[in-house]
Amino acid sequence: MSEQQHIKLPDGSIEKQTSTLNLGPTHPATHGVFQNIMEMDGERIVSATPTVGYIHRAFEKIAERRPYYQITPLTDRLNYCSAPINNMGWHLTVEKLLGIQTPKRVDYLRVIIMELARITDHLICNSVIGVDSGAFTGFLYVMQYRELVYEIYEEVCGSRLTTNIGRVGGFERNFTPAAFQKIEKFLAEYPAVLKEFENLFTRNRIFMERTQKVGGITAERAMNYGFTGPNLRATGVDYDVRIANPYCSYEDFDFSIPVGTTGDTYDRFLVRNAEQWESLSIIRQAMDKLKSLPADVYHADVPAYYLPDKSDVYTKMEALIYHFKIIMGETDILPGELYNPVEGANGELGFYLISDGGRSPYRLHFRRPCFIYYQAYPEMVQGAMLSDAIICMSSLNLIAGELDA
Amino acid sequence: MSLTNEHIKNRLVEKFGDVMTNFEESFGMMSFHAPKEINLKVMQFLYDESDLQFRFLSDLTAVHYPDNKGVELAVVYHLHNFVDNVRVRFKVFTDINTPQVFTATQIFSSANWMERETYDFYGVDFVGHPNLIRILNVDEMDYFPMRKEFPLEDQSRTDKDDEMFGRGGSTGI
Repeated sequence: MSEQQHIKLPDGSIEKQTSTLNLGPTHPATHGVFQNIMEMDGERIVSATPTVGYIHRAFEKIAERRPYYQITPLTDRLNYCSAPINNMGWHLTVEKLLGIQTPKRVDYLRVIIMELARITDHLICNSVIGVDSGAFTGFLYVMQYRELVYEIYEEVCGSRLTTNIGRVGGFERNFTPAAFQKIEKFLAEYPAVLKEFENLFTRNRIFMERTQKVGGITAERAMNYGFTGPNLRATGVDYDVRIANPYCSYEDFDFSIPVGTTGDTYDRFLVRNAEQWESLSIIRQAMDKLKSLPADVYHADVPAYYLPDKSDVYTKMEALIYHFKIIMGETDILPGELYNPVEGANGELGFYLISDGGRSPYRLHFRRPCFIYYQAYPEMVQGAMLSDAIICMSSLNLIAGELDA
Repeated sequence: MSLTNEHIKNRLVEKFGDVMTNFEESFGMMSFHAPKEINLKVMQFLYDESDLQFRFLSDLTAVHYPDNKGVELAVVYHLHNFVDNVRVRFKVFTDINTPQVFTATQIFSSANWMERETYDFYGVDFVGHPNLIRILNVDEMDYFPMRKEFPLEDQSRTDKDDEMFGRGGSTGI
């Protein structure tokens, strides 16, 4: 690459050597409402200044006025590509505060849903890297399997994108046979599609040229910047909350943590693909484990916190009382303070909850992984080409809803 | 290999004396309070010492306790040791009228935006921060919305008086 040639500006000129480029807030290549003010020297990026907050909805403030069960819909609007993980993370946090032990079957059902969510999140992110580098086909191949996963959610909870899935203590209803059939269908058909997707990309010369050595970061810098999830693992750090602090019976499953070496866009892509294989294996194991467990258990036996069956509400006094207390937010919540992390699809999703015993949290803070690691973006794209910056951004798996809370 | 909470506590007390207070363990995580003047020294100590190695800042946020006069704001740090897989939480308290707390950006680059967010919502003034401006709210905002003096609508209202919607008077938390 030849040295960049500058125009000689006369002395005292107010013109700059660089030009300013506004990337976003509604640029189609940013996949969300982000703005980046870039100083460009020709095609090279001199500096990038990200602006966030365009879809800030004050969830932490709203949560201070809501009973615990009404906070679940707030969480699925954080990372809407893998909403069930957020929902489950919130349920697990409340269950930890209240000391609720969930039955093994509930844990395994949750693991199935969470791993399906992880797969959908990763397949979207990886196929969008393809779209941004000019390969649209892979995106279309995997999209129909995201649709199938959304149908599974629909069978379980009735909604697709912002799922509000489950309750504190378990699920709102048992999985239907159709749900299990669809999970089996997914397990049977998706591996071939993922294999084909990998065949299209992993050793594709053009794709490799576009992604290798682009947007790289060292393990040390990544840790200093608070990276977690696949982006941290791509740099070679094998940190995964599912292993470090097992929750929801993840300790019962046999899986490995894929890691990369260079931390560039290509490694992030590889780590996500490898994680999808691990997730498929976890779902398979969970489906096998379910066979030996009683099929009618789908929630913990905690009548004070788990909404009773509607038919019981009309016929049994106890159920009516609990129903009323839960709906009105009059259940007893223990005071306490805890930080509960779960492995979200793009990093460590943490819930820092302070309860003073009131009907709603005294303070609830979401540790939103992409909010924390997005601040490394200017450092990662400095000196890169504009087209590399686009690919780097899509490979970071930024979700605007989560970024802005 | 395994690092116990007891050991962390002893090391901290040995180094900083009895200014470190409120050691407690809840849900498996140790937490303690430190004076705000030495927050950086505590963090650097936890970072550097070869037997502690808290080199990952998981979370940084603030909490407002309007009833604790003189120490209304708490800045909460969650640190994580990846080697021994131990987490620790510590808080520094500050007066709401002089909310100056030293910035952690020299130790953790990730503190940059988290401190901006904390400033944005609670008005904690991080001394030495390279770019302490609002991040999620609009720049023109002249208050700190997560403080408890700004109540949301009271859902347990008994009628539809404006008082109950947080619009008149000073009801609510």
